[in-house]
Amino acid sequence: MTITELAKEERVGFKSPAVMGFVGAVVMLFFGILGREGEVAFEISRRNDVIQVPAIPVDSSTLGIFSGVLMLAIAGYSLSRSLKNLRTPIWLSSIYGLIGVIALLGWLAAGAAVPIAFIAGTALVLAVPIMLGAMGGIMCERVGVTNIAIEAQLLTGAFMAAVVSSITDNFLFGLFSAMIGAALVSMVLAVFAIKYLAQQIIVGVVLNVLMIGITNFLYQQWLTEDGENVNFPGTMDIIRIPFLSDIPIIGPVLFENRITVFLALIIVPTLYFVLFKSKLGLRARAVGEHPLAADTVGINVGRTRFWWVTIGGMSAGLGGAALTIGNAGAFGREMSGGFGFIALAVVILGRWHPISAALAALLFGFSIILRVWANQVSPGIPTDFITMVPYIVTIIAVVGFVGQSRPPKALAVPYTKG
Amino acid sequence: MSEENRWSQALKEILSGSFTRTVLSIILGFLVGAAFMIASNKEFIESLGYILSRPGDALGAAVSVVSEGYGALFRGAIFNAEAETFERAIRPMTETLRLGAPLILAGLGLGLTFRVGMFNIGGTGQLITGMIFATFVATRLELPFVLHVLVAIIAAVIGSTMLGALVGYLKARTGAHEVILTIMFNYIMLYFFTFLLRDPMLLGEERATGNPKADPAAETALLPRLLGDEYALHYGILIALIAVVVYWWLMERSTIGFRLRMVGYNPDAARTAGVSVERTYILAMGLSAAFVGLAAANQALGVSIGVTPSAHANIGFDAITVALLGGSNAPGILLAGLLFGAFKAGAPSMQVLGVSPEVLGIVQGAIVLFIAAPPLIRALFRLPPGQTTNALGAIRDRLLRRGGAK
Amino acid sequence: MKLELRGITKRFGTLVANDSINLVVEPGQIHALLGENGAGKSTLMNVLYGLYQADAGEVLLDGVKQSFSGPGDAMAAGIGMVHQHFMLIPVFTVAENVALGHEPTGILGSLDLEAARKRVIEISEKFGFNVDPDALVEDLPVGVQQRVEIIKALSRDARVLVLDEPTAVLTPQETDELMLIMKQLAKSGTSIVFITHKLREVKEVADIITVIRLGKVVGDAKPDASTSELASMMVGREVELTVDKKAVAAGDVVLKVENISVLDDRFQRAVDGISFEVHAGEILAFAGVQGNGQTELAEALVGLRSTLTGFGKITLKGQDITDRSVRRRLDAGIAYIPEDRKTDGLVSEFSIAENLMINASYKSRFTSGPNINFSSRRDIANQLVKEFDVRTPSADTPAGKLSGGNQQKVVVARELSRNVDLLIASQPTRGVDVGSIEFIHERIVAERDAGKAVILISTELDEVLSLADRIAVMYRGKIVGIVGPTTSREQLGKMMAGVSA
Repeated sequence: MTITELAKEERVGFKSPAVMGFVGAVVMLFFGILGREGEVAFEISRRNDVIQVPAIPVDSSTLGIFSGVLMLAIAGYSLSRSLKNLRTPIWLSSIYGLIGVIALLGWLAAGAAVPIAFIAGTALVLAVPIMLGAMGGIMCERVGVTNIAIEAQLLTGAFMAAVVSSITDNFLFGLFSAMIGAALVSMVLAVFAIKYLAQQIIVGVVLNVLMIGITNFLYQQWLTEDGENVNFPGTMDIIRIPFLSDIPIIGPVLFENRITVFLALIIVPTLYFVLFKSKLGLRARAVGEHPLAADTVGINVGRTRFWWVTIGGMSAGLGGAALTIGNAGAFGREMSGGFGFIALAVVILGRWHPISAALAALLFGFSIILRVWANQVSPGIPTDFITMVPYIVTIIAVVGFVGQSRPPKALAVPYTKG
Repeated sequence: MSEENRWSQALKEILSGSFTRTVLSIILGFLVGAAFMIASNKEFIESLGYILSRPGDALGAAVSVVSEGYGALFRGAIFNAEAETFERAIRPMTETLRLGAPLILAGLGLGLTFRVGMFNIGGTGQLITGMIFATFVATRLELPFVLHVLVAIIAAVIGSTMLGALVGYLKARTGAHEVILTIMFNYIMLYFFTFLLRDPMLLGEERATGNPKADPAAETALLPRLLGDEYALHYGILIALIAVVVYWWLMERSTIGFRLRMVGYNPDAARTAGVSVERTYILAMGLSAAFVGLAAANQALGVSIGVTPSAHANIGFDAITVALLGGSNAPGILLAGLLFGAFKAGAPSMQVLGVSPEVLGIVQGAIVLFIAAPPLIRALFRLPPGQTTNALGAIRDRLLRRGGAK
Repeated sequence: MKLELRGITKRFGTLVANDSINLVVEPGQIHALLGENGAGKSTLMNVLYGLYQADAGEVLLDGVKQSFSGPGDAMAAGIGMVHQHFMLIPVFTVAENVALGHEPTGILGSLDLEAARKRVIEISEKFGFNVDPDALVEDLPVGVQQRVEIIKALSRDARVLVLDEPTAVLTPQETDELMLIMKQLAKSGTSIVFITHKLREVKEVADIITVIRLGKVVGDAKPDASTSELASMMVGREVELTVDKKAVAAGDVVLKVENISVLDDRFQRAVDGISFEVHAGEILAFAGVQGNGQTELAEALVGLRSTLTGFGKITLKGQDITDRSVRRRLDAGIAYIPEDRKTDGLVSEFSIAENLMINASYKSRFTSGPNINFSSRRDIANQLVKEFDVRTPSADTPAGKLSGGNQQKVVVARELSRNVDLLIASQPTRGVDVGSIEFIHERIVAERDAGKAVILISTELDEVLSLADRIAVMYRGKIVGIVGPTTSREQLGKMMAGVSA
């Protein structure tokens, strides 16, 4: 083999087995050998479910040891594949992760119960604003416009949904105005980026400052004084889809939700289809990769960017609505609390792909609910570290420790002719 | 060029220059804020009902709410003519200086990365890291006065610099974008700080109340008051002024700054000229975070109550607006930091009058939004486009009787 | 289809890129547009293609006046263009690239990629292109990418095909293949506009030649016109491309390169085990078609690109510099004029004076301690501006505001004013006006006469022949042979195609 061929060939390396081995050993040691006493009951059904599946009780430390052994075994298999220069398959990594999560849950809930459906369901509800924000981010970035203003769009959506729903007493109007409000923020970003060739990252950051300022001001000046009339929308009704919602675990998690969750579950695959299987998506990606080339085949770069960014804003606006009328029931100061930045991380973690990004959003949603729940079942455990995990995972992902991610080539580059 | 032409050319250059744009942006920003104040004012809204019969009422209400609001800002941030004594009358000004200091310091840090073509959105994370180090020194070490303060400040700078340099290293080594890295580190450091402050064994209060909070800094570690106990103003502003001079020297006069700017404008040419772009990224992020570290020292050592996780006071993000408004140059950042410091200082007196000081957030955002798009301001005011001749420079040279390159 | 351009004028600020240009392309003809770099050929074609809006003049197709607001309109009217820099999306497949902009669709606007693939195969087979519709464009060799561009145009039923400097990136063999394709297309009725500055290609393939200089049409010529006649039309006077120079007085070995190999950005071996020596007082020129490893070789010599570890050695005046950084090599006595001054040679926002110190910002005559020595810098800048005849209002003018020739003079001034042993000049006169070319050539010869070693890398055979003392011809990363300066063009041409001397 010549040197050229050697260099061309990708070497798999030993990062995956190393990480897997390390984490497996940690699980084995801290959750298993040094683990906590007590039984854990994994509750599959909820009390009022139609179909009842009995809870599965296991000993916390036994579960830890068992999980650790399994994880180390997978790490060993991964090592053997690496030695043969083969990659560890994704499904195996997923199983590995799942076992790790079960071990963590079992460790946290020693002597108590793990309400699986509740945790999974809440994780999804918490993930929805992030997910919708990330879809908006993907739509912007795929056409080459960096969107740091997802935070502003979520906040605008949340505000508009709460206020308009309260005033009109109609949640549909609330949802619509959330989308329109956030789309307006997007349009400002689009016009600055496309027409005025402004630095997109700067415009995004500044839009965040501006929208935080505007919503804070209106909240203070208006919503706090007249809260009952303008900031008391309550939450939308939970819709149960007949039959499907009776399936254990999956039913209550997926099919018994507010409309914002259902919309997210529809938007994610739709965006995937449009982006990768349709004419519009092909053109959008072309604009994001090589705008001049797109221009030379008659695609209007500015217009394409403008509309994708605008519609992306609508998605993020919907995410904002999910915060207020889809979860909290009222608007609060700066209530998006960094979800927009998490969405940005999710875009990158999901490598600009709707489905992967949705899964990454779930990871963040899960870490949030895990922290809340862990504080209840076993107070005293420093949950700050659990919350940190998704951020650390994002860093590991962007520094290319596990595979290189490639952003759209023309990202953040304004397009000018001649 | 005739004399007359020369002056009109110079005028065009002034109009097309960044100074004019900045002033116009600030004016526009205040107008946007005024619009929000008017639109949310009760008397104004009521007077709209009969605007056709008595338009004066609406106008009067509008004028009065704006003048009251911005009047309160002036009294709270610059000079309070209504105060009983002169000492009290100038207190607002000292508050502006006090609150402006960390903004200036962090603004210098972020401005530095802008000049190198990078975006440090991680002011918050770096600030927190600095505060962790400063708080450790200030609450856990016993040292004599002066030495204690100095050690605490240096610790803050070292802490921040380490995080900044780490980001620079990751960018240089792996090509990861610093924006996403710094945002992630913001959260990681925030949660880490919270964790440290929760545990008395680490940085938490000795008599833990359950809320994450540190012990107050030791007296010996506090930044001393600058104008006596009457004013809260401390040495932080002096540090800020020194930092402004250092920044100016670094960016405009030194060879290090020359290379930083070179990499910012054209990394390929810099690499070809023998400058290590990777090392420059690390250096720039480290230096940037060092300035932020001074802001961290200011936050951790400026108050005699223990710090909480929210002690970063959003300075990391406000500093971005400071650096942008200040055009990333030393005098600009000084003035911008003072302006936004004044916003913070004036907020309470607006609150007292019933005008939500949050309107200042709108003004701040609007100003910088206008700054971000020079063509927009030019289009709005029909200013001439960027001028290429050197008429202004020639006049300046002549006035200053400098030879200049001809 | 008959294409007619009438009085096309296009200005960029004060620069007139096209000055009322008239051009008629008859159906089925290959019409060559000949001119130097920067003569305004590409601008004219971008106007034709709707990428630029003309300030005056009109475009007619079959006698009907057209108005194109964008490339889409031009394409719809039957104009296809193969750009100098390919307009392909690297991460898309061939079929996706060909389909882009006029996608066949199924239900709900879904892409019908199968139809797109069929179209590619159909055209590919008709002309014997041999292109796989499912290959990712970024994995294809340059010659194949160009064919994808042609397929793109043909799939839109282009009846006027514009080829903008298509041979710049091709090997001689690929060039020959392209010539055949062009003739075949013309025979099938397509009108072809062939933009180039290479005389031999024009003579081989064109039916008629229009020469453009400084944005104006100089005149038409037949392909049987003599080379020197065409050349003088191109540059506006009798071309005397030979530079007066003294006989070579080669001294000691300055640079010794032993068996180095270098990878390009795609991890292909661009330089493959090259060895050579350069002596003091001689110009060693590297000739070859663009893309045969010359760029990578220059970058490896300067240290911008590392050589394969464990292989080869670079010695400068006896010192092993193989593993040194760029900065330490420059300090050791190398001056470098990069191929692309805009990206690598200058910081366009910096003033001329600042640009003169970009590779001397550590300890040098421009610094004093940690500070920039402003007064010294001003003096040096003023002196160099005068000495190298940089036309500028002042040394404080940003380099980006200068013309191409003057920008290049700034780079040359910076590099030649350094006290070095070896000058590496990569395409030193690309995109530079004739006056500046002569000046730069004279300066390079002066360096050689002053006893410095010079490496000249150029794809322009004329430049190589007029400056070189020895000529090394590169082909596919290897040196085919090193020959004397009197070697015939035919011989060099063969070597550039890989035939050993």
